Amino acid sequence: MPTQNSHSAAASHESIASRTIQITFAALLGVFVLGGVGFSHISAVHNATHDVRHATAFPCH
Amino acid sequence: MSLFRTILFVAALAGIGTGLVGSAVHIFTTVPLILQAETFEGSGEAEAPAPAETATHEHAPGTAEHSHDADEWGPADGFERNAYTVLAMVLTGFGFGLLLVAASELAGGLTGWRQGVIWGLAGFAVFTLAPGLGLPPELPAMPAADLAARQVWWVGTAAATAAGLALIAFGRTPMLAILGVALIVAPQIIGAPQPASHESPIPESLHHSFVVATIVASFVFWSLLGGLAGWLRPRLATPGT
Repeated sequence: MPTQNSHSAAASHESIASRTIQITFAALLGVFVLGGVGFSHISAVHNATHDVRHATAFPCH
Repeated sequence: MSLFRTILFVAALAGIGTGLVGSAVHIFTTVPLILQAETFEGSGEAEAPAPAETATHEHAPGTAEHSHDADEWGPADGFERNAYTVLAMVLTGFGFGLLLVAASELAGGLTGWRQGVIWGLAGFAVFTLAPGLGLPPELPAMPAADLAARQVWWVGTAAATAAGLALIAFGRTPMLAILGVALIVAPQIIGAPQPASHESPIPESLHHSFVVATIVASFVFWSLLGGLAGWLRPRLATPGT
């Protein structure tokens, strides 16, 4: 597919800055997801994730 | 495929696989111990503050005292509760997967499952062993220090341990490796917030079984997450990303 070729050609020229930004956003998304599952103080979230918090040794209660 | 999407897909697929296996492991090993510990909840807490509490508010006779979720929503025991455990475990796999894959991209990207398992072991050290030294896995009804203080120490310890391991693995001089060791030791010297008293209604043997089960389950979780991510990454990334 021509579009995919041009895309990967463009990707190979991706600058270090662009890579860094994309890696940072992926890591921030990870922090956001873990913050919700493991650290949120919202009571309903705590109750839904209660067993996982204990079982994976996130600080709980 | 952009690098961001590659990381997202690798983390999502590895997270789903690891979350499903991990929650099955937990539901058969750690969750029964949590349920057993919950039968002690209230019994220990009721002893000390009981005189003060009866003065301030009244409990109907025979009503179990419970420190939280009295009125708030919570999943019903049994299927619903375990379904949320599966969901939360998949999200945990996805979240940790994003961090693992993102960190490995900084070092050039995972090239195979074996390398992925090594990164998984680093994740196990950063997120299970290091925080667990100061804050061992806890069962319900066990005494604990202020929640926010423990969360801050947990996050700080994980971050310092990750940075320390990175300096040891990728630092170019011995000095950086020494700094890495210092970063890993420092949070343990500072010490985790501890409760005023460790006296607990939970039998020591029950807690010991729980700590062992939790750490073994985490080890399986991280090995699998890293291995899957390492296996998937070369298959999903287009050349050049």
